[in-house]
Amino acid sequence: MKSLAVSLLLVLMLGIFVASAAAQEGGPTPHPDEVNAIARNLYCPVCANVPLDVCGTAACAQWRQQIADLLTQGYTEQQIYDYFVQQYGPSVLATPPASGFNWLIYLLPPAVVLLGALFLSRGLLNWKCKPAKRQLAHKKSAKDKYAQHLEDELRARR
Amino acid sequence: MVADLGFFALLTVFLLALYGCAAAAIGIWRRQPAWIGSARMATLLSFPLLTISALALIFSLINLDFNLEYVASVTSRSMPLYLRATALWGGQAGSLLFWSWLLSAFASAVMLRDWRRDRDLQPWVIIVCMVTLGFFLSLILFFENPFLRLWQGVTGTVWTALWQPAGAQPYAPIDGNGLNPLLRHPGMVVHPPLLYLGFVSFVIPFAFAIAALVTGRSDDRWIRLTRRWTLVAWLFLSLGNLVGSRWAYDVLGWGGYWGWDPVEIAAFMPWLTGTAFLHSVMIQEKRGLFKHWNMLLIILTYDLVIFGTFLTRSGVLSSVHAFAQSAIGPLFFLFIASTLIVSLFLLSRRWQQLKSETRMTSLLSREALFLLNNFLFVSILVICFLGVIFPLASEILTGQKVTVGPVYYETATGPLWAALLLLMGVAPLSAWRASTARTLGRAIWKPLLISLAVVLLLLATGMRNPGAILGLWLSAFVFLVTLYEFWRGAKARSSNRGENIVAAFWLLVVRNRRRYGGYIIHLGVVLIAIGVIGIEFFQLETQGSLAVGERLELGGYSMEYVSLAEFQTADGRLVDRAVVNLYKDDQFLRQLYPRRDFYFESQQPMNIPGLYSTIESDVYLRLVDWEPVSAQSATFKVYLNPLVNWVWMGGIVFMVGTLVAAWPERETVEMAAPARFRGRPAEARG
Amino acid sequence: MFAKKSKTISSWGAVFAWAFLAGLLALVAIQLNSAQRGVLTRGEPAPEFTLTTFEGEVIGPENLVGKVVLVNFWASWCKPCEQEAAALQSAWELYEPRGDVLFVGVDYADTQNEALAYLKRFAITYPNGPDLGIRIYYAFRARGVPETFIINKLGEVAFVKIGPFESLDEITMAIDRLLEP
Repeated sequence: MKSLAVSLLLVLMLGIFVASAAAQEGGPTPHPDEVNAIARNLYCPVCANVPLDVCGTAACAQWRQQIADLLTQGYTEQQIYDYFVQQYGPSVLATPPASGFNWLIYLLPPAVVLLGALFLSRGLLNWKCKPAKRQLAHKKSAKDKYAQHLEDELRARR
Repeated sequence: MVADLGFFALLTVFLLALYGCAAAAIGIWRRQPAWIGSARMATLLSFPLLTISALALIFSLINLDFNLEYVASVTSRSMPLYLRATALWGGQAGSLLFWSWLLSAFASAVMLRDWRRDRDLQPWVIIVCMVTLGFFLSLILFFENPFLRLWQGVTGTVWTALWQPAGAQPYAPIDGNGLNPLLRHPGMVVHPPLLYLGFVSFVIPFAFAIAALVTGRSDDRWIRLTRRWTLVAWLFLSLGNLVGSRWAYDVLGWGGYWGWDPVEIAAFMPWLTGTAFLHSVMIQEKRGLFKHWNMLLIILTYDLVIFGTFLTRSGVLSSVHAFAQSAIGPLFFLFIASTLIVSLFLLSRRWQQLKSETRMTSLLSREALFLLNNFLFVSILVICFLGVIFPLASEILTGQKVTVGPVYYETATGPLWAALLLLMGVAPLSAWRASTARTLGRAIWKPLLISLAVVLLLLATGMRNPGAILGLWLSAFVFLVTLYEFWRGAKARSSNRGENIVAAFWLLVVRNRRRYGGYIIHLGVVLIAIGVIGIEFFQLETQGSLAVGERLELGGYSMEYVSLAEFQTADGRLVDRAVVNLYKDDQFLRQLYPRRDFYFESQQPMNIPGLYSTIESDVYLRLVDWEPVSAQSATFKVYLNPLVNWVWMGGIVFMVGTLVAAWPERETVEMAAPARFRGRPAEARG
Repeated sequence: MFAKKSKTISSWGAVFAWAFLAGLLALVAIQLNSAQRGVLTRGEPAPEFTLTTFEGEVIGPENLVGKVVLVNFWASWCKPCEQEAAALQSAWELYEPRGDVLFVGVDYADTQNEALAYLKRFAITYPNGPDLGIRIYYAFRARGVPETFIINKLGEVAFVKIGPFESLDEITMAIDRLLEP
């Protein structure tokens, strides 16, 4: 009975200790993979075009540590990105933040492809519908003849 | 002394380039072939002279003549011989000389061909080549001269000059700065030259295109004349990019081979237009369609080549590939702008003459599908260009620096690549001119059915990622279609001519190099695609700190930290090298030695991974950090890169295919070709 | 020339294409121009900036008026910066009593914990603060750390040092020149 009380007390004390430690730290130390998952979407602010998760300089190691610290303090992924933008400017993000002028980079590629496709299909349909003005004789060189022959053979054989 | 010789050779070539342009122009103006012959001689002479110049620089590099500023800046005593020689392209000035040297070689080679049928084109080809060469030489002579010497005045100050200034003594530092550590890799011996070869050889088709535009020849002669040049240029460009990827994979420690770095893209963009060009010229040859388009593509390719060179050398972009800041940026810019404007102006003047000779007759015909192929390649080009240019636009227009990273390129171009794969499967089965859904369907159903079996197989193995399944299905489809094409052709030949199937297959390829070489290239592309799909969709990674004896697990492999040693090397590195035992399913495989080299001179670290490579995947182990001195624990990052080796294998197949397609045809054509067709490049349909 | 072209291509298409090309070239030209300009040079007006120090104090343009201001860009991960840290602090101790000289340390692309440790290690007392969003660094067109700009009482850049100061004398010589009249 007495030993149970002692062990209870011990457990309680341990609990308080752990709780206070956690309160100080804010949370468990994050796994490096969690840090890398975030660092991958950030660019090293001082090197050229190197994602933070693979950058080997001392400065990058500090930034990865910073991510770990922020995670420990309970920052969410988005809050960490925001923190990095506030500290080092929007160029740390792997893609431009979707706002204002930056919308262009998200809208232009599909727009260009769609417009091109539209243009192309119109051109093709026009082309096909109008009868050819002057259908030149199919140009033939000796090898073309052979190739044509081969093509015919192939077609005949299905 | 040797350097002086090199400089004078360089200067002479510059004067020759000026003279060549002038002589060719006079020849055109006065219709005097003698002047053009003289311009041709000037072009021919540029190569041996630039060879002397380049050899003089290589000689100085190998002998460590530190009196030359360039030599002192890119070599050092500790560098091995092969790196000293290849330091020719390790710095701005030397690489410009190398570029010019290659150009003079190609221009001379082109002058040696038989010009009798193309007298009118020749002077213009000379002018385009010599203007380009003259431009590069002027950059070297006036801004980035590799033959500048170091001099020391009485006060002890050191400066550079070509000739001995009054009262100054020659100066040579005890040791040079050495090559940028990133470049000290055997891959660097081949990557830049391959890329430059690709870049420079595109100048030749461009020169012919401009000549055709100026002289008003609207036929496809210029395309036929430069077809093999284009193929070879394209081969070098492809290989340059591939070898560069391999180098990045081995040296940069990213765990990958392609980072969508702006400069990578700059080398990739001419490849895109070049690939589109290779396909679309076939339509012009076969059907006389899209003449404007081909002109536009070759002009774009040429200017993208110069643009790529400009981006790396002007400081406009910061990148791992960037050369040191330089004053040649504005000149480069003017050159790009003026060549682009002049060529486009010429094109617009000939617009009417370049109308298509025939019309498209079927939406499923080969030419229509090739047009679609061009559309896709150009769309990818536009997306890449936007990605490169957008940060500049954003900074100028909003003052905000932004990064456009891999996610953008991958999401924007991914669907287009998939569409290209599909096209690669369908197009070879369609016929020129007329192809209906019916004929196409008849040809396609067998490979399509078998490829669907591949999908079932993938689903059975538990793969659920729709993107990966789509990609692998398309790869399987293209692979089957391509094999089917070989089989169909061989079988047709064997039954028609009574050859046995092996001989029929061999002769089929040999007699139709362009077509079947192209198909071999397609097979290579499929292998590359499979590799890319593997690493894009299934790459695994983890990181962990290990005490000695502890293990890190990933995808069935486990890595045991054994020890770490730190030592200095004679070439100025501090090396930290870890020893790691690699196991698969508790079976010892081998030891890996990931290391970090720290270069004292440049204060740069380099992470060299430990690699275990198999056909199905690579284990890519990177040393991230370690406990100093005691080395009781160390942090590793490990990637499992599935199928990545397929990329390199695909590259080899790709190269074989291009060589087959570009190989000169020596034997006479079997179907009693008229004599005038002999000795011309392979013109079988593709 | 253009009349002829409008005959050959649809004129709007041509105008659009040429305008697009011109726009692109202009974009690259502007960027090239700014890439070519390099670091701020002597005689240029110093850019205005506001820095919030690690202690929370705000240093704005009004604090700099009529003073000789030394702006030092540094970072805790920058090894060469350590070479000049002690000299900078000694110089600050020399000039602080005068009142017309101000030192400002701009901490470039750094993490706060390491930056504070660095300041403590070198016992630096002049105001230091993080360059939020790396704005000041770009305003000075700096190209690396350490870089130091000394601004005279008229608000012009009077001295630029790229790389670390070699000695205390080098700093005092640069500043004294601006104080004499």
